[in-house]
Amino acid sequence: MAATTEQIEELANREYRYGFVTEIESDSAPRGLNEETIRLISAKKNEPPWMLAWRLKSYNHWASLEQLNKEPKWANIHYGPIDYQDIIYYAAPKPKGEPNGSGEIDPELLATFEKLGIPLGEQKRLAGVAVDAVFDSVSVATTFKEKLAELGIIFCSFSEAVQEHPDLVQKYIGSVVPKTDNFFATLNSAVFTDGSFVYVPKGVHCPMELSTYFRINAQDTGQFERTLIIADEGSYVSYLEGCTAPKRSTHQLHAAVVELIALDDAEIKYSTIQNWYPGDKEGKGGIYNFVTKRGKALGVNSKISWTQVETGAAITWKYPGVILQGDNSIGEFYSVALTNNYQQADTGTKMIHIGKNTRSNIVSKGISAGHGQNTYRGLVKIMKSATGARNYSQCDSLLIGEKCGAHTFPYIEVKNPTARMEHEASTSKVGDDQIFYLRQRGLSAEDAVSMIVNGFAKRVFRELPMEFAVEAQRLLSVSLEGSVG
Amino acid sequence: MLAIRNLHVKVGDREILKGVDLEVNAGEVCAIMGPNGSGKSTLAHVLAGRETYEVTAGDVIYEGKNLLGLYPEARACEGVFLAFQYPVEIPGVGNAYLLKAAFNAIRKHRGLEELDAMDFLPLVKEKLKLLDMDEEFLSRAVNEGFSGGEKKRNEILQLAVLEPRLAILDETDSGLDIDALKIVASGVNALRSPERAIIVVTHYQRLLNYIVPDSVHVLVDGRIVRSGGRELALELEDKGYSGVEAETQLAVATPS
Repeated sequence: MAATTEQIEELANREYRYGFVTEIESDSAPRGLNEETIRLISAKKNEPPWMLAWRLKSYNHWASLEQLNKEPKWANIHYGPIDYQDIIYYAAPKPKGEPNGSGEIDPELLATFEKLGIPLGEQKRLAGVAVDAVFDSVSVATTFKEKLAELGIIFCSFSEAVQEHPDLVQKYIGSVVPKTDNFFATLNSAVFTDGSFVYVPKGVHCPMELSTYFRINAQDTGQFERTLIIADEGSYVSYLEGCTAPKRSTHQLHAAVVELIALDDAEIKYSTIQNWYPGDKEGKGGIYNFVTKRGKALGVNSKISWTQVETGAAITWKYPGVILQGDNSIGEFYSVALTNNYQQADTGTKMIHIGKNTRSNIVSKGISAGHGQNTYRGLVKIMKSATGARNYSQCDSLLIGEKCGAHTFPYIEVKNPTARMEHEASTSKVGDDQIFYLRQRGLSAEDAVSMIVNGFAKRVFRELPMEFAVEAQRLLSVSLEGSVG
Repeated sequence: MLAIRNLHVKVGDREILKGVDLEVNAGEVCAIMGPNGSGKSTLAHVLAGRETYEVTAGDVIYEGKNLLGLYPEARACEGVFLAFQYPVEIPGVGNAYLLKAAFNAIRKHRGLEELDAMDFLPLVKEKLKLLDMDEEFLSRAVNEGFSGGEKKRNEILQLAVLEPRLAILDETDSGLDIDALKIVASGVNALRSPERAIIVVTHYQRLLNYIVPDSVHVLVDGRIVRSGGRELALELEDKGYSGVEAETQLAVATPS
């Protein structure tokens, strides 16, 4: 009862829908990284001197780290050496013809984003979701900007924010993830190109989902996104990012930094659907997703919530955390990480409790299939000052097949005796009896596995905005293609 | 509807079914009884397509098709349903969600339009009443945290919703108290129809007081040793399997 040729072909074709390349001329920096590269990027973006100075400081620090071979090696991931001099650090689609200043978007780019399900045109754009579309190193369009501006909400590309809102950028950049934070964050601080900037003023409840779609297109190019979100007192914003890249047999580096700041009584909900090209069945190619994301719940009663669905990338190295500084502040982390074929993920969170009565909640669901290796790594730290702090952590792993692995490294540091900590963990396998049960009810083996996995991840999907929860479920199913033989 | 001929089945090196012959007609309720380890559950699972069993000889014709050549899901879509002795838990997957997915998979296979939640829900609620089940059953995860009795009732609920042509009940009575047994039996009885065959696999006669079979077959050591009507089940109750088995051996040994 072997699968038919058609079934196999169908599976092969369904693998990764976003692997196409847009043929577009691009304006790129020469390969390699030195002070000149930094100056070139800064000049391309027409940045003020303070921004260049910040970049150069970061670069010099990074260069010393590189010399001392300080690239982090502690994670449970394996990859060959990265040649940082062989990467292109800036690539922007070249405008066609004479720039006419009308802000017209290249039709090629519009078509690309449309193909990715992100229509940017006035007529077709997604209702209720404002989108910033980033292509390689630049933001090509931001929708609903004017409508949001009426409420005083700033939603624009990071490059634009440097020009238009320098005070806010200067005040908050590096305030959550210092430029010396870690090797990859430092690299990003030197060469970051584009990302999104959000500021929600006092008391404003942002009426629509804000989102950024990151697309890597150019070959041998690294993408260094930088996003900064500030929620002023009593405000609320829900933000979502998505990403894809073409299928290529070489690895590409994505090293992002995201900083969130929530002031008194403010709430930021940040969701990620990460679908970078994961590499092929043999583990060839794919994106190295080495990112630093952190929020600071700075104000009293503030709340920062991370939800991530990580299905793509050859390697994911990512620990979105929250510094709970304001009294009564809340930090949340909900994660689904799936590794299939030869994908590796070392992901989790850091919850640093500083304020009184701070609470954090961690729900991590790791799914391993094929030869995938999935690691949860989390730190919960209760500082001396954090009287009455509470944490609840739940880490569940699901294994599909015999060759994959699940690993859990929870670190707990408690310096205040009033803290209450709970940690639950489980490991289970998708059982043959479960698959048979569902097949006996009429579902195909693939659908059965997908149903079991989606059931396992449901707790996290509940945290996603409605529209994206459906997308996440679909993505999980597609990413599992071929995991049952 | 179903013809099993000379069926031999192995698990690993051990032969469990050693040449089973059985005919089941549409409209018939057929009981398969036998002591522990006689191969009853194996037969039920082989009919449903469990791949851990190896069919070494024989064939199974279901509605003119070679049943053994079909994937489990294809058999389900063709109308074969197995009520499991040990229903499996699927955490996080809602009961209603599974019911709808299964219901629509089968409809799709038959070239019928899939039903959406609005049309499907009233249909399910109707069946819930039949089994005296609360609506909150639908929102619970499949069999997760269910009591033994709830799991068995859930199987019959699925049976009632999916309306198979051939239903196989594998030890559905085990672990049920008398009240639950009556509810399950009345649920099954409501599904008796001239188009449907039901195979009741059971260890005890008790269930057959409530689901009265048209035929009874006794499976011992991988072979059907006796076949008869309802009275055979009562005889078994009286004499036990060893008694019936001894008589059978005697019958075989004595030339007529």
